[in-house]
Amino acid sequence: MKVIIDEDKCVGAGQCVLAAPDVFDQRDEDGIVVLLDALPPDALRSQVENAAALCPALAIEVVK
Amino acid sequence: MDHIVLVGASAAGLTAADALRLEGFTGTLTMVGDELRPPYDRPPLSKRVLTGDLEPHRTTLRQDVDLQRLRMDLKLGCRATHVDPVARIVTLDDGDRLDYDGLIIATGLRPRHLPFGRDLAGVHVLRTLDEALTLRVQLLAGPRVVVIGAGFLGSEIAATTRGLGLDVTLVDVESTPLARQLGTQVGGLVAELHEENGVRLCMGRGVTDLLGAGGRVTGVLLDDGTELPAEVVVVAIGSEPAVDWLADSGLPLGDGVLCDSTCRVAPGIYAAGDVANWPHPLTGERTRLEQRTNATRQALAAAGNLLAGPAGATPYAPVPFGWTDQFHAKIQFHGWCPGDARVAYVDGDPKAGRFVALYYAGDRVVGALGWNSARTLRAYHDRIAAPVAA
Repeated sequence: MKVIIDEDKCVGAGQCVLAAPDVFDQRDEDGIVVLLDALPPDALRSQVENAAALCPALAIEVVK
Repeated sequence: MDHIVLVGASAAGLTAADALRLEGFTGTLTMVGDELRPPYDRPPLSKRVLTGDLEPHRTTLRQDVDLQRLRMDLKLGCRATHVDPVARIVTLDDGDRLDYDGLIIATGLRPRHLPFGRDLAGVHVLRTLDEALTLRVQLLAGPRVVVIGAGFLGSEIAATTRGLGLDVTLVDVESTPLARQLGTQVGGLVAELHEENGVRLCMGRGVTDLLGAGGRVTGVLLDDGTELPAEVVVVAIGSEPAVDWLADSGLPLGDGVLCDSTCRVAPGIYAAGDVANWPHPLTGERTRLEQRTNATRQALAAAGNLLAGPAGATPYAPVPFGWTDQFHAKIQFHGWCPGDARVAYVDGDPKAGRFVALYYAGDRVVGALGWNSARTLRAYHDRIAAPVAA
Protein backbone atom coordinates (compact mmCIF):
# COMPACT_ATOMS: atom_id res chain seq x y z
CA MET A 1 0.00 0.00 0.00
CA LYS A 2 1.35 3.37 -1.06
CA VAL A 3 0.04 6.72 0.15
CA ILE A 4 0.21 9.86 -1.98
CA ILE A 5 -0.77 13.28 -0.64
CA ASP A 6 -1.62 16.47 -2.49
CA GLU A 7 -0.37 19.31 -0.29
CA ASP A 8 -1.92 21.91 -2.55
CA LYS A 9 -5.41 20.52 -2.03
CA CYS A 10 -4.95 19.90 1.71
CA VAL A 11 -7.04 22.24 3.89
CA GLY A 12 -5.41 21.25 7.17
CA ALA A 13 -8.51 19.73 8.74
CA GLY A 14 -6.45 17.06 10.48
CA GLN A 15 -9.06 14.34 10.00
CA CYS A 16 -6.34 12.06 8.60
CA VAL A 17 -4.26 12.39 11.77
CA LEU A 18 -7.25 11.51 13.93
CA ALA A 19 -7.88 8.45 11.75
CA ALA A 20 -4.30 7.23 11.23
CA PRO A 21 -1.85 8.95 13.59
CA ASP A 22 1.05 6.66 12.65
CA VAL A 23 0.85 7.67 9.00
CA PHE A 24 -0.11 11.34 9.02
CA ASP A 25 0.84 14.45 10.96
CA GLN A 26 0.35 18.18 10.40
CA ARG A 27 2.76 21.07 10.02
CA ASP A 28 2.75 23.36 13.03
CA GLU A 29 2.39 26.62 11.16
CA ASP A 30 -0.53 25.96 8.81
CA GLY A 31 -1.81 22.47 9.60
CA ILE A 32 -0.94 21.10 6.16
CA VAL A 33 -0.54 17.32 6.11
CA VAL A 34 2.84 15.70 6.70
CA LEU A 35 3.21 12.13 5.48
CA LEU A 36 5.05 10.12 8.14
CA ASP A 37 4.96 6.83 6.30
CA ALA A 38 4.41 6.65 2.54
CA LEU A 39 4.47 2.84 2.59
CA PRO A 40 2.52 1.91 5.71
CA PRO A 41 2.18 -1.73 6.76
CA ASP A 42 -0.95 -3.63 5.74
CA ALA A 43 -2.07 -3.71 9.37
CA LEU A 44 -2.86 0.01 9.01
CA ARG A 45 -4.83 -0.41 5.79
CA SER A 46 -8.30 0.23 7.22
CA GLN A 47 -7.02 3.26 9.18
CA VAL A 48 -5.42 4.71 6.06
CA GLU A 49 -8.45 4.06 3.86
CA ASN A 50 -10.61 5.67 6.51
CA ALA A 51 -8.30 8.70 6.56
CA ALA A 52 -8.55 9.01 2.78
CA ALA A 53 -12.34 8.73 2.89
CA LEU A 54 -12.65 11.33 5.67
CA CYS A 55 -10.32 13.90 4.11
CA PRO A 56 -12.62 16.84 3.26
CA ALA A 57 -10.28 17.97 0.49
CA LEU A 58 -9.67 14.56 -1.12
CA ALA A 59 -5.97 15.15 -0.77
CA ILE A 60 -5.06 11.53 0.05
CA GLU A 61 -4.71 8.80 -2.53
CA VAL A 62 -4.15 5.18 -1.52
CA VAL A 63 -2.54 3.03 -4.21
CA LYS A 64 -3.03 -0.69 -3.74
CA MET B 1 -30.99 -5.73 -2.20
CA ASP B 2 -30.72 -5.30 -5.97
CA HIS B 3 -31.07 -1.61 -6.72
CA ILE B 4 -29.98 1.39 -4.68
CA VAL B 5 -30.84 4.91 -5.82
CA LEU B 6 -28.84 7.91 -4.61
CA VAL B 7 -30.52 11.27 -5.06
CA GLY B 8 -27.91 14.03 -4.92
CA ALA B 9 -24.56 13.93 -6.70
CA SER B 10 -22.34 15.94 -4.41
CA ALA B 11 -20.02 15.01 -1.53
CA ALA B 12 -22.56 13.00 0.48
CA GLY B 13 -24.09 11.11 -2.46
CA LEU B 14 -20.73 10.23 -3.89
CA THR B 15 -19.30 9.10 -0.56
CA ALA B 16 -22.36 6.89 -0.09
CA ALA B 17 -21.74 5.32 -3.49
CA ASP B 18 -18.11 4.66 -2.58
CA ALA B 19 -19.09 3.15 0.75
CA LEU B 20 -21.75 0.88 -0.75
CA ARG B 21 -19.24 -0.57 -3.22
CA LEU B 22 -16.49 -0.83 -0.59
CA GLU B 23 -18.84 -2.76 1.67
CA GLY B 24 -19.57 -5.20 -1.10
CA PHE B 25 -22.83 -4.05 -2.64
CA THR B 26 -22.76 -5.56 -6.15
CA GLY B 27 -26.26 -4.63 -7.34
CA THR B 28 -27.35 -1.76 -9.55
CA LEU B 29 -26.47 1.75 -8.38
CA THR B 30 -28.15 4.82 -9.82
CA MET B 31 -27.16 8.37 -8.94
CA VAL B 32 -29.34 11.34 -9.82
CA GLY B 33 -27.98 14.90 -9.77
CA ASP B 34 -29.67 18.09 -10.93
CA GLU B 35 -26.48 19.78 -12.12
CA LEU B 36 -24.88 18.94 -15.46
CA ARG B 37 -21.34 18.96 -14.15
CA PRO B 38 -19.78 15.80 -12.79
CA PRO B 39 -19.66 15.86 -8.97
CA TYR B 40 -17.45 18.59 -7.53
CA ASP B 41 -16.51 19.95 -4.12
CA ARG B 42 -18.10 23.10 -2.73
CA PRO B 43 -15.81 24.50 0.03
CA PRO B 44 -13.28 25.94 -2.46
CA LEU B 45 -15.99 27.87 -4.33
CA SER B 46 -16.04 30.82 -1.93
CA LYS B 47 -12.27 30.81 -1.58
CA ARG B 48 -9.75 29.66 -4.17
CA VAL B 49 -12.18 29.27 -7.07
CA LEU B 50 -13.35 32.85 -6.58
CA THR B 51 -9.77 34.14 -6.59
CA GLY B 52 -8.93 32.02 -9.64
CA ASP B 53 -6.20 30.30 -7.66
CA LEU B 54 -7.84 26.88 -8.07
CA GLU B 55 -8.86 25.92 -11.58
CA PRO B 56 -12.48 24.73 -11.77
CA HIS B 57 -11.56 21.19 -12.81
CA ARG B 58 -9.52 20.80 -9.62
CA THR B 59 -12.75 20.82 -7.61
CA THR B 60 -13.82 17.54 -9.25
CA LEU B 61 -14.62 15.01 -6.53
CA ARG B 62 -13.69 11.90 -8.52
CA GLN B 63 -11.68 11.35 -11.66
CA ASP B 64 -13.57 9.72 -14.56
CA VAL B 65 -11.80 6.43 -13.97
CA ASP B 66 -12.91 6.39 -10.33
CA LEU B 67 -16.49 7.18 -11.31
CA GLN B 68 -16.43 4.31 -13.80
CA ARG B 69 -15.07 2.01 -11.13
CA LEU B 70 -18.26 2.66 -9.13
CA ARG B 71 -20.28 1.03 -11.96
CA MET B 72 -23.22 3.33 -11.49
CA ASP B 73 -25.75 4.86 -13.77
CA LEU B 74 -24.98 8.55 -13.27
CA LYS B 75 -27.94 10.67 -14.33
CA LEU B 76 -26.74 14.27 -14.40
CA GLY B 77 -28.87 17.30 -15.25
CA CYS B 78 -31.77 15.30 -13.95
CA ARG B 79 -34.06 16.10 -11.04
CA ALA B 80 -35.95 13.67 -8.86
CA THR B 81 -39.51 14.98 -8.58
CA HIS B 82 -41.28 12.42 -6.44
CA VAL B 83 -40.81 9.38 -4.28
CA ASP B 84 -43.41 6.76 -3.44
CA PRO B 85 -42.03 5.08 -0.31
CA VAL B 86 -44.68 2.34 -0.37
CA ALA B 87 -44.25 1.24 -3.98
CA ARG B 88 -40.54 2.17 -3.69
CA ILE B 89 -40.37 4.25 -6.84
CA VAL B 90 -38.44 7.47 -7.50
CA THR B 91 -39.79 9.57 -10.38
CA LEU B 92 -37.48 11.83 -12.38
CA ASP B 93 -38.23 15.02 -14.31
CA ASP B 94 -37.64 13.22 -17.61
CA GLY B 95 -40.50 10.87 -16.72
CA ASP B 96 -38.23 7.97 -15.85
CA ARG B 97 -39.33 5.84 -12.90
CA LEU B 98 -36.73 4.05 -10.82
CA ASP B 99 -37.74 1.04 -8.74
CA TYR B 100 -35.48 0.88 -5.72
CA ASP B 101 -34.79 -1.43 -2.82
CA GLY B 102 -32.68 1.19 -1.07
CA LEU B 103 -32.76 4.98 -1.37
CA ILE B 104 -30.30 7.52 0.00
CA ILE B 105 -31.43 11.15 0.03
CA ALA B 106 -28.52 13.59 -0.23
CA THR B 107 -30.03 16.58 -2.01
CA GLY B 108 -28.25 19.19 0.09
CA LEU B 109 -29.30 22.82 0.22
CA ARG B 110 -30.72 25.61 -1.86
CA PRO B 111 -29.62 29.17 -1.14
CA ARG B 112 -32.19 31.46 0.41
CA HIS B 113 -33.05 34.62 -1.53
CA LEU B 114 -34.17 38.05 -0.39
CA PRO B 115 -37.83 38.79 -1.09
CA PHE B 116 -36.77 41.67 -3.38
CA GLY B 117 -34.24 42.43 -6.08
CA ARG B 118 -33.64 38.84 -7.10
CA ASP B 119 -33.93 39.57 -10.82
CA LEU B 120 -31.55 42.54 -10.86
CA ALA B 121 -28.32 41.89 -12.76
CA GLY B 122 -25.36 41.92 -10.38
CA VAL B 123 -27.23 40.15 -7.56
CA HIS B 124 -25.69 36.77 -6.83
CA VAL B 125 -26.00 33.73 -4.64
CA LEU B 126 -23.22 31.17 -4.39
CA ARG B 127 -23.96 27.48 -4.16
CA THR B 128 -22.81 25.97 -7.45
CA LEU B 129 -19.55 26.04 -9.38
CA ASP B 130 -21.29 27.87 -12.23
CA GLU B 131 -22.50 30.52 -9.81
CA ALA B 132 -18.94 30.93 -8.50
CA LEU B 133 -17.54 31.29 -12.01
CA THR B 134 -20.24 33.80 -12.97
CA LEU B 135 -19.49 35.84 -9.85
CA ARG B 136 -15.77 35.68 -10.55
CA VAL B 137 -16.26 37.18 -14.02
CA GLN B 138 -18.24 40.06 -12.48
CA LEU B 139 -15.54 40.66 -9.86
CA LEU B 140 -12.89 41.05 -12.56
CA ALA B 141 -14.56 44.31 -13.61
CA GLY B 142 -13.59 45.86 -10.25
CA PRO B 143 -17.04 46.52 -8.79
CA ARG B 144 -17.96 47.77 -5.36
CA VAL B 145 -19.24 44.70 -3.53
CA VAL B 146 -21.80 44.34 -0.76
CA VAL B 147 -22.09 40.93 0.87
CA ILE B 148 -25.35 40.39 2.76
CA GLY B 149 -25.02 37.81 5.52
CA ALA B 150 -21.91 37.24 7.65
CA GLY B 151 -22.15 33.51 8.24
CA PHE B 152 -19.40 31.21 7.00
CA LEU B 153 -20.20 31.69 3.33
CA GLY B 154 -20.75 35.45 3.45
CA SER B 155 -17.72 36.24 5.58
CA GLU B 156 -15.54 34.04 3.37
CA ILE B 157 -16.81 35.76 0.24
CA ALA B 158 -16.15 39.16 1.82
CA ALA B 159 -12.59 38.12 2.71
CA THR B 160 -11.93 36.62 -0.70
CA THR B 161 -13.27 39.59 -2.66
CA ARG B 162 -11.42 42.05 -0.43
CA GLY B 163 -8.30 39.97 -1.08
CA LEU B 164 -8.82 40.73 -4.77
CA GLY B 165 -8.46 44.40 -3.91
CA LEU B 166 -12.14 45.30 -4.21
CA ASP B 167 -14.19 47.72 -2.11
CA VAL B 168 -16.21 45.38 0.12
CA THR B 169 -18.95 45.91 2.69
CA LEU B 170 -20.27 43.06 4.84
CA VAL B 171 -23.77 43.42 6.32
CA ASP B 172 -25.52 41.34 8.98
CA VAL B 173 -28.27 41.80 11.56
CA GLU B 174 -26.08 40.14 14.21
CA SER B 175 -23.56 42.18 16.21
CA THR B 176 -20.52 40.38 14.76
CA PRO B 177 -19.71 38.09 11.84
CA LEU B 178 -20.20 34.38 12.64
CA ALA B 179 -22.14 35.26 15.80
CA ARG B 180 -24.63 32.43 15.28
CA GLN B 181 -21.94 29.93 14.37
CA LEU B 182 -19.13 30.72 16.83
CA GLY B 183 -20.57 33.21 19.33
CA THR B 184 -19.84 36.94 19.58
CA GLN B 185 -16.52 36.64 21.45
CA VAL B 186 -14.75 34.85 18.61
CA GLY B 187 -17.04 36.71 16.22
CA GLY B 188 -15.56 39.95 17.53
CA LEU B 189 -12.10 38.71 16.56
CA VAL B 190 -13.41 37.90 13.10
CA ALA B 191 -14.78 41.44 12.89
CA GLU B 192 -11.35 42.84 13.81
CA LEU B 193 -9.73 40.61 11.20
CA HIS B 194 -12.04 41.94 8.51
CA GLU B 195 -11.62 45.57 9.56
CA GLU B 196 -7.83 45.29 9.68
CA ASN B 197 -7.97 44.01 6.13
CA GLY B 198 -10.18 46.82 4.93
CA VAL B 199 -13.66 45.31 4.84
CA ARG B 200 -16.34 47.80 5.85
CA LEU B 201 -18.62 46.16 8.43
CA CYS B 202 -22.27 47.06 8.89
CA MET B 203 -23.22 44.84 11.82
CA GLY B 204 -26.55 45.00 13.58
CA ARG B 205 -28.15 46.25 10.38
CA GLY B 206 -30.91 44.74 8.31
CA VAL B 207 -31.38 45.12 4.57
CA THR B 208 -34.71 46.63 3.54
CA ASP B 209 -34.28 46.85 -0.24
CA LEU B 210 -31.98 46.40 -3.18
CA LEU B 211 -31.75 49.48 -5.38
CA GLY B 212 -31.53 49.20 -9.15
CA ALA B 213 -31.52 51.12 -12.38
CA GLY B 214 -32.04 49.76 -15.87
CA GLY B 215 -32.33 46.24 -14.52
CA ARG B 216 -28.94 46.36 -12.74
CA VAL B 217 -28.33 46.60 -9.04
CA THR B 218 -26.93 49.93 -7.90
CA GLY B 219 -26.97 49.58 -4.15
CA VAL B 220 -28.30 48.19 -0.91
CA LEU B 221 -30.67 50.05 1.40
CA LEU B 222 -30.21 49.39 5.13
CA ASP B 223 -32.82 49.69 7.85
CA ASP B 224 -31.22 52.88 9.22
CA GLY B 225 -31.65 54.56 5.83
CA THR B 226 -28.04 54.12 4.74
CA GLU B 227 -27.53 53.45 1.05
CA LEU B 228 -24.51 51.33 0.19
CA PRO B 229 -23.62 51.79 -3.47
CA ALA B 230 -22.69 48.51 -5.17
CA GLU B 231 -22.34 47.03 -8.62
CA VAL B 232 -22.24 43.50 -7.20
CA VAL B 233 -24.35 42.21 -4.30
CA VAL B 234 -23.86 38.72 -2.93
CA VAL B 235 -26.75 37.33 -0.92
CA ALA B 236 -25.48 34.80 1.63
CA ILE B 237 -28.34 34.68 4.11
CA GLY B 238 -28.42 30.95 4.59
CA SER B 239 -29.96 27.99 2.86
CA GLU B 240 -32.97 25.72 2.90
CA PRO B 241 -32.71 21.95 2.80
CA ALA B 242 -33.72 20.79 -0.70
CA VAL B 243 -36.82 18.80 0.26
CA ASP B 244 -39.49 20.36 -1.98
CA TRP B 245 -39.48 17.24 -4.19
CA LEU B 246 -40.48 15.20 -1.14
CA ALA B 247 -43.45 17.38 -0.18
CA ASP B 248 -46.13 14.89 -1.24
CA SER B 249 -44.14 11.75 -0.41
CA GLY B 250 -45.49 11.25 3.09
CA LEU B 251 -41.91 11.15 4.39
CA PRO B 252 -41.32 13.08 7.63
CA LEU B 253 -40.06 16.57 6.84
CA GLY B 254 -39.18 19.51 9.03
CA ASP B 255 -35.90 21.36 8.99
CA GLY B 256 -34.66 18.84 6.41
CA VAL B 257 -35.56 15.17 6.09
CA LEU B 258 -36.30 13.78 9.53
CA CYS B 259 -34.33 10.61 10.25
CA ASP B 260 -33.91 8.41 13.29
CA SER B 261 -30.56 8.21 15.07
CA THR B 262 -29.28 5.77 12.42
CA CYS B 263 -30.08 8.20 9.56
CA ARG B 264 -33.11 6.11 8.57
CA VAL B 265 -36.13 8.00 7.24
CA ALA B 266 -38.46 5.12 6.41
CA PRO B 267 -38.01 1.45 5.47
CA GLY B 268 -35.17 1.30 2.93
CA ILE B 269 -34.71 5.10 2.95
CA TYR B 270 -31.78 6.92 4.53
CA ALA B 271 -30.53 10.51 4.37
CA ALA B 272 -27.10 12.10 4.66
CA GLY B 273 -25.38 15.46 4.48
CA ASP B 274 -26.81 18.99 4.66
CA VAL B 275 -30.38 17.78 4.12
CA ALA B 276 -30.47 15.19 6.92
CA ASN B 277 -31.94 16.03 10.33
CA TRP B 278 -31.42 13.41 13.00
CA PRO B 279 -31.58 13.12 16.80
CA HIS B 280 -27.93 13.32 17.81
CA PRO B 281 -27.31 10.54 20.33
CA LEU B 282 -24.79 12.63 22.28
CA THR B 283 -27.03 15.68 22.79
CA GLY B 284 -30.48 14.20 22.41
CA GLU B 285 -31.33 17.12 20.15
CA ARG B 286 -32.41 17.15 16.53
CA THR B 287 -29.43 18.23 14.53
CA ARG B 288 -28.72 19.20 10.96
CA LEU B 289 -25.13 20.05 10.07
CA GLU B 290 -24.06 22.15 7.10
CA GLN B 291 -20.47 21.00 7.27
CA ARG B 292 -18.32 19.38 4.61
CA THR B 293 -16.89 16.73 6.92
CA ASN B 294 -20.38 15.79 8.05
CA ALA B 295 -21.40 15.10 4.44
CA THR B 296 -18.69 12.44 4.27
CA ARG B 297 -19.13 10.96 7.71
CA GLN B 298 -22.91 10.83 7.58
CA ALA B 299 -22.86 9.29 4.10
CA LEU B 300 -20.58 6.53 5.38
CA ALA B 301 -22.96 5.94 8.27
CA ALA B 302 -26.12 6.00 6.13
CA ALA B 303 -24.68 3.64 3.52
CA GLY B 304 -23.44 1.24 6.17
CA ASN B 305 -26.77 1.26 7.98
CA LEU B 306 -28.75 0.76 4.77
CA LEU B 307 -26.76 -2.38 4.02
CA ALA B 308 -26.82 -3.58 7.63
CA GLY B 309 -30.60 -3.21 7.97
CA PRO B 310 -32.38 -1.78 11.04
CA ALA B 311 -31.33 -4.63 13.35
CA GLY B 312 -27.63 -4.15 12.58
CA ALA B 313 -27.63 -0.35 12.31
CA THR B 314 -25.34 1.89 14.36
CA PRO B 315 -26.46 5.29 15.69
CA TYR B 316 -24.67 8.22 14.10
CA ALA B 317 -22.94 10.18 16.87
CA PRO B 318 -20.20 12.40 15.45
CA VAL B 319 -18.33 15.19 17.19
CA PRO B 320 -18.90 17.94 14.58
CA PHE B 321 -15.95 19.50 12.79
CA GLY B 322 -15.85 22.57 10.61
CA TRP B 323 -13.44 25.15 9.31
CA THR B 324 -13.26 28.48 7.54
CA ASP B 325 -10.36 30.24 5.85
CA GLN B 326 -10.47 34.05 5.88
CA PHE B 327 -7.54 36.31 5.02
CA HIS B 328 -4.56 34.77 6.82
CA ALA B 329 -6.73 33.04 9.46
CA LYS B 330 -7.48 29.36 9.36
CA ILE B 331 -10.26 28.81 11.88
CA GLN B 332 -11.25 25.26 12.80
CA PHE B 333 -13.55 23.88 15.44
CA HIS B 334 -14.45 20.55 16.96
CA GLY B 335 -17.68 20.02 18.82
CA TRP B 336 -20.26 22.65 19.71
CA CYS B 337 -19.69 26.41 19.88
CA PRO B 338 -22.97 27.79 21.29
CA GLY B 339 -23.41 31.53 21.56
CA ASP B 340 -24.02 31.42 25.32
CA ALA B 341 -20.93 29.35 26.13
CA ARG B 342 -18.12 30.72 28.25
CA VAL B 343 -15.03 30.96 26.04
CA ALA B 344 -11.52 30.63 27.46
CA TYR B 345 -8.25 31.00 25.59
CA VAL B 346 -5.97 28.14 26.55
CA ASP B 347 -3.12 28.24 24.09
CA GLY B 348 -1.61 31.18 22.26
CA ASP B 349 -3.17 34.63 22.24
CA PRO B 350 -5.75 36.37 20.06
CA LYS B 351 -3.40 39.38 19.88
CA ALA B 352 -0.77 37.13 18.32
CA GLY B 353 -3.23 35.83 15.74
CA ARG B 354 -2.85 32.29 17.00
CA PHE B 355 -4.81 30.56 19.75
CA VAL B 356 -7.00 27.71 20.91
CA ALA B 357 -10.29 28.60 22.60
CA LEU B 358 -12.43 26.22 24.61
CA TYR B 359 -16.21 26.58 24.80
CA TYR B 360 -17.70 25.66 28.17
CA ALA B 361 -21.24 24.67 29.11
CA GLY B 362 -21.00 24.77 32.91
CA ASP B 363 -17.74 22.97 33.60
CA ARG B 364 -17.90 20.77 30.51
CA VAL B 365 -15.80 21.52 27.47
CA VAL B 366 -18.27 21.27 24.59
CA GLY B 367 -16.20 22.80 21.82
CA ALA B 368 -12.63 23.66 20.87
CA LEU B 369 -11.70 26.25 18.31
CA GLY B 370 -8.29 26.84 16.80
CA TRP B 371 -7.19 30.03 15.08
CA ASN B 372 -4.06 29.31 13.03
CA SER B 373 -3.48 26.42 15.43
CA ALA B 374 -4.46 23.37 13.44
CA ARG B 375 -1.97 21.02 14.98
CA THR B 376 -2.34 22.29 18.56
CA LEU B 377 -6.13 22.17 18.31
CA ARG B 378 -6.17 18.44 17.64
CA ALA B 379 -4.91 17.67 21.12
CA TYR B 380 -8.13 19.13 22.56
CA HIS B 381 -10.37 16.92 20.45
CA ASP B 382 -10.53 14.19 23.09
CA ARG B 383 -11.58 16.64 25.83
CA ILE B 384 -14.84 17.52 24.17
CA ALA B 385 -18.05 16.26 25.71
CA ALA B 386 -21.42 16.92 24.16
CA PRO B 387 -23.67 19.53 25.71
CA VAL B 388 -26.52 17.86 27.53
CA ALA B 389 -30.05 19.15 27.48
CA ALA B 390 -30.97 20.76 30.79
